[in-house]
Amino acid sequence: MSDRDPIVEGPLPPAALDDPHLQPLAKNPGRTEGIAALSMIVGFLGFLGFGFTYWINASTQWLALTLGIGMLGLGAGVIAWGKYLMPQGPFVEERHDFHSTEPERKAMTAVITERGGMVIKRRKLLTGLFAAGSAVMGVVLLFPLIRSLGPKPAKSEQTFGTTDNSLYTTNWRQGSLVTTVDGRQVRVDDLQTGGVLTVFPRGHEGASADQVILIRLAELGPNDPPYQIEAPGKTEWGVQGYVAYSKLCTHLGCPVGLYQQQTQQLVCPCHQSIFNVNAGCVPEFGPAARPLPMLPITVDSQGRLRANGTFNEAVGPGFWERP
Amino acid sequence: MIDKSLRWIDDRLGIAKGGRTFLDKIFPDHWSFMLGEIALYSFILLLATGVFLSLYYVPSAHEIVYHGTYVPLQGQRVSEAYASSVSLSFDVRTGLLMRQAHHWAADIFLGSIAVHMARVFFTGAFRKPREFNWLVGVSMLILGIVNGFLGYSLPDDLVSGTGIRIAFSIIESIPVVGSYLGFFLFGGNYPGSGVIIPRFFTIHVLIVPALIVGLLAAHLGLLVKQKHTQFPGKGRTEKNVVGTPMFPTFIAKTTGFLFMSTAVTFLLGGFAQINPVWQFGQYQPYQISYAVQPDWYMGWLDGALRIMPSWEWVGWGHTLPLMVFLPAVVFPGLIFTILMAWPFIETAWTKDREYHNLLDRPRDRPKRTAAGAAMLTLLLMVFFASSTDVLANFFQLPLEAVLWFFRFVVPLSPIVAYYLTYKICVEMREAGEDVGERKRALVVKRTAEGEYITEPSLPRPGDGHVELDAIPLPTFIDTAGPELATPGGVRRVIR
Ligand code: FES
Repeated sequence: MSDRDPIVEGPLPPAALDDPHLQPLAKNPGRTEGIAALSMIVGFLGFLGFGFTYWINASTQWLALTLGIGMLGLGAGVIAWGKYLMPQGPFVEERHDFHSTEPERKAMTAVITERGGMVIKRRKLLTGLFAAGSAVMGVVLLFPLIRSLGPKPAKSEQTFGTTDNSLYTTNWRQGSLVTTVDGRQVRVDDLQTGGVLTVFPRGHEGASADQVILIRLAELGPNDPPYQIEAPGKTEWGVQGYVAYSKLCTHLGCPVGLYQQQTQQLVCPCHQSIFNVNAGCVPEFGPAARPLPMLPITVDSQGRLRANGTFNEAVGPGFWERP
Repeated sequence: MIDKSLRWIDDRLGIAKGGRTFLDKIFPDHWSFMLGEIALYSFILLLATGVFLSLYYVPSAHEIVYHGTYVPLQGQRVSEAYASSVSLSFDVRTGLLMRQAHHWAADIFLGSIAVHMARVFFTGAFRKPREFNWLVGVSMLILGIVNGFLGYSLPDDLVSGTGIRIAFSIIESIPVVGSYLGFFLFGGNYPGSGVIIPRFFTIHVLIVPALIVGLLAAHLGLLVKQKHTQFPGKGRTEKNVVGTPMFPTFIAKTTGFLFMSTAVTFLLGGFAQINPVWQFGQYQPYQISYAVQPDWYMGWLDGALRIMPSWEWVGWGHTLPLMVFLPAVVFPGLIFTILMAWPFIETAWTKDREYHNLLDRPRDRPKRTAAGAAMLTLLLMVFFASSTDVLANFFQLPLEAVLWFFRFVVPLSPIVAYYLTYKICVEMREAGEDVGERKRALVVKRTAEGEYITEPSLPRPGDGHVELDAIPLPTFIDTAGPELATPGGVRRVIR
């Protein structure tokens, strides 16, 4: 600080007590002081009240009320004191430009370029080694910082990854028993037309990637003509009027939980993507771009629903490596 | 006493000179300079209540059976994070008050930052020499939003869990590195190997707050070093600051203000329920609750996600979810880049390299004001777009209509806002200086000759307010009152 405020140095400027700059703003200082004092007393009592309400373990509202009154009262009192009873000025303080003088700037630059440059130019080897060493250090230190944090995502060819390290896999296998979240096996007569159920492969109840929404579109028996949905290549992936889709929204992975029976639509509550169940859950509205992947299902001899294969694509939101 | 201890310290640290300058620091008076103080005080409150919460909150996804006073949850299997969030609300005295005050303080913190920033923007306070402080401020805003989201996620309830799921999917959408980033942050595919709650906790209570504290120190340090800006007025120039001194006047006012803003936050925390996690229930990845809105500062991102058309690019064995990447990564990235770069964009435009310590009236800079209005309009519109479903329900309109409405309004409204604001500013500027001043009533009088004349009424109180000339700050040491001679020859000094 080369150029200090002149008022800091030298004799301190005096002012007479009746200087208008030192006068309180309040027209009637005595009255204002009274009001401020009253406010502070209210605050004081408020804090006492808080102590008391805490002691008797009163409700949150009482705690907040007493604490609030305490702080409001004390705060308002101090503000009134500062605003109406303390000198308001106006006072003035000089400002100075921040920049240094030209020679000072030149000197600073010179220190860096000349003195520093000289050291570097003389010892090119050391400079290079130090730079290289620091660069390598920076890179290798990133390994534990980033790479230790989690597994690398599995490549798509590795179909046997687990759901923990692969975005392509679920725990649905050929023959997986369809179960509810509390482990109950789903039987073919569990749902009526329009019924929906969130199901998982047995042993993985509640797992995020495995959630499937099971919908009964029609109550058909084993001997009725199969219910056909209008999705090419998947028309008979359902069984006895049941269809099953991944419940992970293809937009951002929210559970697509809302089924509207009349229109046969699934609605995602997050951003209102709407999927047409009867057409293979193609998105009809909203930001989702891809249909919900369909899970082929079948019924075993004991009337239990089972997976008839697995998803033929990655479930959930899109990502770069997804083919 | 004070003199002696100051001498002792000054012998060792030499604080007297700098300390005096600091106590003498002049603060110009304007109500809008208080907005930043609200942010500062809600941050202090965040730290205080946050420390309290961290004493009871357990950052663990480990499943336990809940045994506490909240009956509906008795015997249910929940995560320790969720159980402790409920317990600290019901079983710890003042716990609920602290938790809700913490949440309110976060909302107020970000809200006051936004308004403070708008003030700085529209009055041109970010101009040379204060570009650094603008950058520091925008960084704190970004960190604040990040930390708000992280803190919101910690209770592991159904609502916040959905937010974490969405965050993972957004990270996944980033080309090339997205799935790697997501896996590293979450310790694997979503929902991760149980590390996300402890990791979010560390980031929320340690890393981000430490960064904010550092930036805050820089923000205030720069404010002291560069001194406050002021509006033009009597005796105010680019070369001075006119106002009240730090000590005692400003200290008193601002301390009182600290109490008041804290009081309001606690009253909100006690009477306005916020984020009742016990009602939402433990997060389960296959469950979702309906019609929940994120905290207000996340709403604009949610809105952008909603109105985006369903574009997903697929080719060469890759997928690029543009409908996620554009609104949730590119859009906020662009907004924050523009914010950061604004001081430099403006000087590139105006070629203005001067120091600016006097503030602009927004009307005097029509283009800047119009640009700011356009930005605010854009953000407000995407914010509204985050409640398409609520609006559709409320107005009994088809969701589709509401969505298409926003798809048009969001890109068009900033243009309209720019044009209108520009016109209004130009017109106000041309109307001259006395626009906005109170009109004086005209009084009709009858003269002695029977003529009728009008003349302006007397000024209202406050209209004819005369400001004193500013004087350098006096110390009150040498103050001597007028000397009065009293009978008996003793001179009395009035103090
Ligand atoms: S997550 Fe389903 S619409 Fe966004």
